[in-house]
Amino acid sequence: MSIQLNVNGQDETIDSATDTPLLYVLRNDLRLNGAKFGCGLGQCGACTVIADDQPIFSCVTPIMMLEGRKIRTLESLGTEEHPGPLQQAFIDEQAAQCGYCIPGMMMRAQALLERNPKATEAEIRVALEPNLCRCGTHMRIIRAVLRAVDAMAGA
Amino acid sequence: MDELREPRAITRRQLLAGTGAFIVSFSLLGMARGQETPPAAVMPAPAPASPSALPGDLNIDPMLDSWIAIDADNQVTVFTGKAELGQGVKTAILQCAAEELKIDPLTIKLITADTVLSPNEGYTAGSMSMSMSGTAVRNAAAQVRELLIAKAATQLKADPTTLTAQGGQIVGGPQSLTYGALVTGETLHVNAQPTSKLTPTADFTVMGTSLPRVDIPGIVTGAVTYVQDLRPDGMLHGRVVRPPSYTATLADADTASIEKMPGVVKVIRDGSYLAVIAQQEWQAIVAMRTLARSAKWKEQASLPDEAHLPEALKALAVEDGTVADSNTTPTGVVQTFDASYTRPYQMHGSIGPSCALGQLGSDGVTTIYTHTQGVYPDHAAIAQMLGVDQTKVHCIHMQGSGCYGHNQADDAAADAALMARAVPGKPVRVQFMREQEHAWEPYGPGMVTHFTGGVDANGKIAQWDYELWSNSHNSRPGPPGALLSARYLATPFPQDPQVFSITPTGSGDRNSDPLGYSLPQKHVIWHFIKDQPLRQSALRSLGAFFNLFSMESSVDEMARLAGVDPVDFRLTQAADPRGAEVIRRAASSFDWAGWTPVPGRGRGFAFARYENHASYLAIAVEIAVNTDTGTVRLVRANAAIDSGEIVNPNGIRNQTEGGILQSMSWTLYEAVTFDRTRITSIDWQTYPILRFGGVPDSIEVDIVPQPGQPFLGAGEAAQGPTSAAIANAIRDAIGVRLYDLPLTADKVKAALLSVPAVD
Ligand code: FES
Ligand code: FES
Repeated sequence: MSIQLNVNGQDETIDSATDTPLLYVLRNDLRLNGAKFGCGLGQCGACTVIADDQPIFSCVTPIMMLEGRKIRTLESLGTEEHPGPLQQAFIDEQAAQCGYCIPGMMMRAQALLERNPKATEAEIRVALEPNLCRCGTHMRIIRAVLRAVDAMAGA
Repeated sequence: MDELREPRAITRRQLLAGTGAFIVSFSLLGMARGQETPPAAVMPAPAPASPSALPGDLNIDPMLDSWIAIDADNQVTVFTGKAELGQGVKTAILQCAAEELKIDPLTIKLITADTVLSPNEGYTAGSMSMSMSGTAVRNAAAQVRELLIAKAATQLKADPTTLTAQGGQIVGGPQSLTYGALVTGETLHVNAQPTSKLTPTADFTVMGTSLPRVDIPGIVTGAVTYVQDLRPDGMLHGRVVRPPSYTATLADADTASIEKMPGVVKVIRDGSYLAVIAQQEWQAIVAMRTLARSAKWKEQASLPDEAHLPEALKALAVEDGTVADSNTTPTGVVQTFDASYTRPYQMHGSIGPSCALGQLGSDGVTTIYTHTQGVYPDHAAIAQMLGVDQTKVHCIHMQGSGCYGHNQADDAAADAALMARAVPGKPVRVQFMREQEHAWEPYGPGMVTHFTGGVDANGKIAQWDYELWSNSHNSRPGPPGALLSARYLATPFPQDPQVFSITPTGSGDRNSDPLGYSLPQKHVIWHFIKDQPLRQSALRSLGAFFNLFSMESSVDEMARLAGVDPVDFRLTQAADPRGAEVIRRAASSFDWAGWTPVPGRGRGFAFARYENHASYLAIAVEIAVNTDTGTVRLVRANAAIDSGEIVNPNGIRNQTEGGILQSMSWTLYEAVTFDRTRITSIDWQTYPILRFGGVPDSIEVDIVPQPGQPFLGAGEAAQGPTSAAIANAIRDAIGVRLYDLPLTADKVKAALLSVPAVD
């Protein structure tokens, strides 16, 4: 059984059971490290990616529901050599401890900033509610997203 | 295996051989140690080669080349036995080496915990990475620099005092020699000087700066960072099927039909141990679930009554030990305070469940990539479990999700070894599921404490009697029975009994000796609980979190009895000027003196020196109570920390902010739940933790500069004081003291209802 997915602008043919959650396809078949396995239950947000313009939990979204949608992962935001504005903001704020939750935070923040480029601190806090961080990096995550708001406005 | 390190057959000697590597042995004598040695049970590393005290972990491995190598191409390699846990230790250690070697930290190759390549520094735990490994690397680097200068002086026929080390060269006037050029040949096997010529703080260019973490650019762009990101060619996916409860035994399982499922390569049944290995990850998960449904277990009710956990803990057999005793009787007590405090079992709760990758090579060596805190103890335990020589197990540390102590990293490594054995030659990546991590991790143990104290007519503490009931907070490997799966094999390895020992660093009793204050009388008893009704081990700060919750709550009540402001009360009785300084700084950063009471708001203060010999930390917090729901929100926190010489201020701040938020989550929300047979807190809904809605408006961390002082380690200093400061702020806001963690909205609401309304 094969399924066509569009990931980070590339068409991909995936040979996996159609009920396979997107997360495993991204991580194993497409070798994309951004989305992380945290709970597989839609409770922590570590696996957050964007489908069209919505943040989704890739751990509970079967690939059969994603045909024809444009999926974006952390890797679409930039590279180590050329980090995108949100990535640069997280680097500038040193917004990571173990970093495991960070890619999911960033993709949820990215979806917010695309929808609402002038997001306030209060709006950022509300938007990030589904995502857990156990290291207590929250203050820096909020600061990094605010910094990205400024950077994108100035760009 | 493109993402993996070179095949494990490589040895240190081979790594360094043929590259003109700089091999020096030396002995440093007469250097004061910054830290006391942790108890053997916590750090089972080889005994020091000589009784003389060397800086940090040079005691464990006094050979310079165990720490630093320089090859003919001028490549500097630094070795540490500590592991990056998200605490930024890689960056801080690079800073120490770069400062003393006078080179760019980003040019250094860093090898972290690895049972073939790195020194054996035991566990990365107890906030000791900087005091032990950072100190060792820094001193080793300074020694190497001076040896290079001496060698260059000979070659250049120059006065060594005219030569300087800079950018990988020894320079004197127009002449220079690269480090690489100086390190060829046997003649460099020299003993180091008895003391290190450390760079003074005033001359720092790398240490003391907030060098950005070296791993963050990779983290935010999706580079291979974690064990979970490894996927060598031909890799298979492993999943375990855990029993439904601790004491369950496997009666039956339909392994034959599972073996026929799509992608399934192997089903392992060994006693009560069940596991599946499949081609694709989702296939492994589906097979795991099907196998779990088919399995029949014999279970028994073996857990205590959660509703009466404190009574159940106190009813267990104990061994009593005296932690501290002034051998004086209290005199002049005019008012007393007496209270019991309780804490439930609490989780590490890593966001990424534990993971490991194992492969059994044709040479009989099992190579394991693991996010364990202790590669050496882990490889010894795994070798025993497998019944092979230790040289046949090679553990390599790679980052995982933050662990905050002994989570299931070692268990995943053991499972990777068991599964690798079942499919020789094939790499297998084992990933625990969320409910497995929640139900099986070794929790921070439940505790009960009791305090009786009193103040005299001068408003000073005159009596301090404290008792605690607790496990040891340690069931790490060591013994193979510490590995979860080893207990369920057909030939099981039973868990070793808990060992009772009272040490300066402490475990269950950590920080229970009230050394932060000058007291005329103290008596501290540990009722050591041997049984472990729930699996328990080291959770960030061990007993310090709850001992300090109890003690600093009590100090607050004694300040009330004395009618003295709680900051002044602590300041006038602080035993140590460095303690007093963090108290003053936290109060001033909070503007304690300028506080005006607001209904529904409260402020609280607490202070401790972590482990009684590491970082000093004081914290002031403001909280808001929703009087309808009982919900408490931390509004702001102002902390001051003294962790000795500062290597990376941003790193200290990051760790301290994180510690405050994590401790706040433990304090307000968290309790492991169970019925008489099974753990019932098995996901983030049944075990809620901090979410963004509970995040404070601000956290300020003031760092006290301590030029020239030993590193004290910052990672755990905030855990205890934060919890007490919050409890003290709730007391301030609602007029009622809460004693039983977590301080949930329900308990606050009940407390509010218990006070008659004042008009
Ligand atoms: S891994 Fe998807 S929400 Fe937790
Ligand atoms: S940085 Fe570790 S979980 Fe968020």
